[in-house]
Amino acid sequence: MQQSRRSVVRAGGALALFAALGGALLRPGRALAAWNKSAFEAKSAVDAMRALGMANAEESKDIEIRAPDIAENGAVVPIDITSNIPGTTSISVFLEKNPFPYTGTFDFAAGAMPFVHLRAKLGESTPVRVVVAAVGKFYTTAKEVKVTIGGCGG
Amino acid sequence: MADPMKIRATVQGDVADVRVLMAHPMETGQRKQGGKPVPLHFIQTITAQLNGKTVFSADISQAISRNPVFAFKVKGAKAGDKITVTWKDNKGESRTDETTIRGGS
Amino acid sequence: MRQALMLAVAAAVAAVAPWPQAMAQTEDPVAADFDKFRAIMEEANPAELFEAKGEQLWRTPRGPKNASLEQCDLGLGPGVVKGAYAQMPRYFADVDRVMDAEARIVHCMITLQGFKREDLAKKPFSSATKTPDPVSITTYVAAQSAGMKLAPQQTHPKEKAAYEIGKEIFFYRAGAYDFSCASCHGVDGQRIRTQPLPNFTRPEQAIRAIQGWPGYRMTGGVMHTLQWRLNDCFRQQRFPEPDYASEMMSALLTYLTVNAQGQEYKGLGIKR
Repeated sequence: MQQSRRSVVRAGGALALFAALGGALLRPGRALAAWNKSAFEAKSAVDAMRALGMANAEESKDIEIRAPDIAENGAVVPIDITSNIPGTTSISVFLEKNPFPYTGTFDFAAGAMPFVHLRAKLGESTPVRVVVAAVGKFYTTAKEVKVTIGGCGG
Repeated sequence: MADPMKIRATVQGDVADVRVLMAHPMETGQRKQGGKPVPLHFIQTITAQLNGKTVFSADISQAISRNPVFAFKVKGAKAGDKITVTWKDNKGESRTDETTIRGGS
Repeated sequence: MRQALMLAVAAAVAAVAPWPQAMAQTEDPVAADFDKFRAIMEEANPAELFEAKGEQLWRTPRGPKNASLEQCDLGLGPGVVKGAYAQMPRYFADVDRVMDAEARIVHCMITLQGFKREDLAKKPFSSATKTPDPVSITTYVAAQSAGMKLAPQQTHPKEKAAYEIGKEIFFYRAGAYDFSCASCHGVDGQRIRTQPLPNFTRPEQAIRAIQGWPGYRMTGGVMHTLQWRLNDCFRQQRFPEPDYASEMMSALLTYLTVNAQGQEYKGLGIKR
């Protein structure tokens, strides 16, 4: 919350810019930022990132994605994400080859560490793209996960 | 009514490790049953509080696996503190459960 | 000419190159990776949601007789749940037969709560939208034996007979494919696609028939017990479906569990 206030102040009250940011910087102001329908309904990761105001994210080596190289079952793929970027306030996940790539945004406040474990459905092999918001900027990296098919009861 | 969540929170040093299991079908709208598509039904928002203060929140899609599992970590927590988690889904259903942080082994 | 000959020789060598070695190098790391991530997922296993549901079902007065299952005797006395799963299948004098955990739970639901066998056997396995009560209750009961050593009873003559019958079922070849359980699980080194198949006749591998069940199955996100697992083996062999919670299933489970006796049961699992 503090972070977003500072960013907005830096924007010099430029309403246009504020609108362009689409409220993304207001996270984790959950009351203010509604579930972003247009981002969730976007059919490509790029469109979703644009809808979230994250399209300009720069590549970073300071984001760790731990996920299997080959998923045993695409219905439940475990993904651990840790951001080592100072001032991280949120982590967003895009499963690029899914019909609706934007999978979620996780916000951290009041002592929460920039880490999340989640389990997602992967329709097919796909890059798992992560975008981190930190101090008003966006950073990104991706990891490829292959999805196998078939097999029996286990 | 939705089944209760299972929340486990343990503290090591001053970092609490919180794991949440949610009972929810997370229907994608693409699955068919008896020839008819099962409508979209999924959790959209999650909020977690430490002693009443929001520490972790999320907006998610139907791509999160059925019976969702999340884990996060909170610094500055201690045994006895309260963790409260709430989810809301696209049909307006919601569920709130809480647990007390336990000391780590 | 000489070059062509050498190519032909190389091709022939490649053709007879030992497969198992190549598999050990390329496939086993994949299996190891699957195991690693499964272990991570078992740290927070959705199976626990069904365990909680099962516990509630165990304690709540239900059925036509409005009774709870707290007087159900799982072999260690009425209401004793802890450790009971690890000691089944076992002989129960009140029914004069050997029962596995789920068969006993179904028996208690009938005798104590007044449910009808036909109703419980109608759709005994979990679907995307429904988890039958005996599945949740078996999940709860099994979880209370986590960390214990498997000690199926083999003292009563009927327990010994159940082992022998189970063994016969395991090796019985029939059906459209002329298959038996042993075709897949009675020899070393078998696999189906990415899944290595354990040889249940070897004590150290037999545990894998029991381990991880009841399990949360990622496919469909459903909870399944050993009753479902064995039923599915028969389906895949193109055998007629065995009766749910029948004496025959208890016998096969006796054979499999006794082969694994003394090994630690780790509790609820996550399955593919």
